Amino acid sequence: MSNVPKQLQYTEEHEWVRREDDGTLVIGITDHAQQQLGELVYVELPEVGRILKTGDAMAVVESTKAASDVYAPLAGAVRAVNPALTAEPELVNTDPYGAGWLVRLQAADSQLSGLLDASAYTALLNAAD
Amino acid sequence: MREPLIFDQGRPGRRAPSQAPAVAAGTDDLPAALLRRTPPPLPEVSELQVVRHFTRLSQLNFSIDTHFYPLGSCTMKYNPRAANKLAMLSGFLDRHPLEPEAHAQGFLECLFDLQDMLKAATGMSGVSLTPMAGAQGEFAGVAMIRAYHQARGDTARDQIIVPDAAHGTNPATATMCGCDVVEIPTGPDGDVDLAALRQVVGPRTAGIMLTNPSTLGVFERRIAEIAEVVHGAGGLLYYDGANLNAILGRTLPAAMGFDVVHINLHKTFSTPHGGGGPGAGIVAVNDRLEPFLPIPIVGRRDGAAGHEYRWLAEAERPRSIGRLSGFMGNAGILLRAYVYMRLLGAEGMRRVSGYATLNANYLMKRLAAAGFTPAFPQRRASHEFIISLKDVTRDTGVSAMDFAKALLDKGFHAPTTYFPMLVPECLLIEPTESEARQELDAFAQALIEIRDLAFKDAAEVKSAPRTMPVRRLDDVRAAKQLDLTWQSRADSPAVSPR
Repeated sequence: MSNVPKQLQYTEEHEWVRREDDGTLVIGITDHAQQQLGELVYVELPEVGRILKTGDAMAVVESTKAASDVYAPLAGAVRAVNPALTAEPELVNTDPYGAGWLVRLQAADSQLSGLLDASAYTALLNAAD
Repeated sequence: MREPLIFDQGRPGRRAPSQAPAVAAGTDDLPAALLRRTPPPLPEVSELQVVRHFTRLSQLNFSIDTHFYPLGSCTMKYNPRAANKLAMLSGFLDRHPLEPEAHAQGFLECLFDLQDMLKAATGMSGVSLTPMAGAQGEFAGVAMIRAYHQARGDTARDQIIVPDAAHGTNPATATMCGCDVVEIPTGPDGDVDLAALRQVVGPRTAGIMLTNPSTLGVFERRIAEIAEVVHGAGGLLYYDGANLNAILGRTLPAAMGFDVVHINLHKTFSTPHGGGGPGAGIVAVNDRLEPFLPIPIVGRRDGAAGHEYRWLAEAERPRSIGRLSGFMGNAGILLRAYVYMRLLGAEGMRRVSGYATLNANYLMKRLAAAGFTPAFPQRRASHEFIISLKDVTRDTGVSAMDFAKALLDKGFHAPTTYFPMLVPECLLIEPTESEARQELDAFAQALIEIRDLAFKDAAEVKSAPRTMPVRRLDDVRAAKQLDLTWQSRADSPAVSPR
């Protein structure tokens, strides 16, 4: 069973979102998503400064099984990307909610609208099983 | 058995001169500065060692000639020896691609007839044989769609719609052709979500790329409606011919409303493939796209002395999207497909699709009766079908990949695994028309035995394969640190003198 931390927000596309004290949003893919993909061999991240609309493909995660787009869960500007993933994409597998984060976003809107809380995301995973 | 590298089998000074030229090529006229000072690091082995090495390597191979090969979406059918023999006739094999047309009439006639047979098999009005593989056929197809819109001054059409079950090459092709990809979901019954399609079509729609039957192993039942929606929005329909084997002689891409189709001749029309080629990804089109076909095409003129065949190129086809290869496709593959089609005839082609779908449905029912879970149990399979091992994985930890490896030990090539990604822990199984029921039963029995073992001793299944020359490969390392270069010890930087 995959790990779904209580304090995070989620999307149906298996991304997680965490609001930082400075108001920025940190985004990654969930434990379930990394399990489905298998060990990652490559992560493509957006350019810092890029303006994203909700649902834009912002990153690509590639394993030996598949390459998948990661979508922007909310609109905003890319403030930073995780530099460690270039050399160690497998950090997404070993620590999806920590060292394996993908993108830090300056959200266009302060509301985290349209996201799922941990129990709703867990229900989504159970329904798919 | 592990076969050592041929470099590691030799002894210094050992020679096998029987293949060497009788008269050594002169090097006297080469500048001294360009001559190497040490001999090249070649294997130093005897003739018999060479024969044994390469014979043993060939025996390590899984191939359709040695094993049942149900690799879904790849159509690994029997390759008739007659096709190979005839394509290797000296008149074909020894021709020069630049020889005058008058000297190549037999070759050109075969290609002309092949163009006509492919028009009949697709219902289309034009064919170009020049794409050298499926991916190039896709590229040609979408390039023609773009050329069509641009020729009409309809320049805003830059989106290609692709269902989420599509082969990965479809979105890649659209991107290569400068289009944006718009993905639409699949419904629970395996058909395209029509409501989602209606929402995304519009003035930016260049076209849709569809495989029918789809990669989910089911026939897209509302294809006529899909065609109406896409054409109604001003877009065109591209048929990915990956699964043509299922409908050969039963229905036509043209009848479903498609404007362009690519066919992998190496799959449906049976030439040896896998391992990277060579292939043939011909394109067939209706009248709308005919002027844009890639060149050259083989034309026929009726003269006093009978038919005269010739290349049609830039002069005759000014609106063509251009050339895709130096000459015209992979001639040897085109000839094998030509012979295969002539051997079968129209009636034989109907039987191909009949037996391909019968075999797939028989095997699916047999596995379902044994407790395996088809992805779409309510649907009739096309020429291939999917089973999901999700339940077995949940209960035992043994995954689809473990099943695939264990099948190797039982003498079967594995089916396609983890594709399409929509179905968890899936095997995509395509038995083709070539297999007898006995072989299908043996394959089903092997899957049953592997599942039984998974419940008894999961670790045993997870340790497969045990009888292959290599065990589990480190596919992550292979993807991240791919190293295909052999270096001699003398050249290796690690031991070279500093």
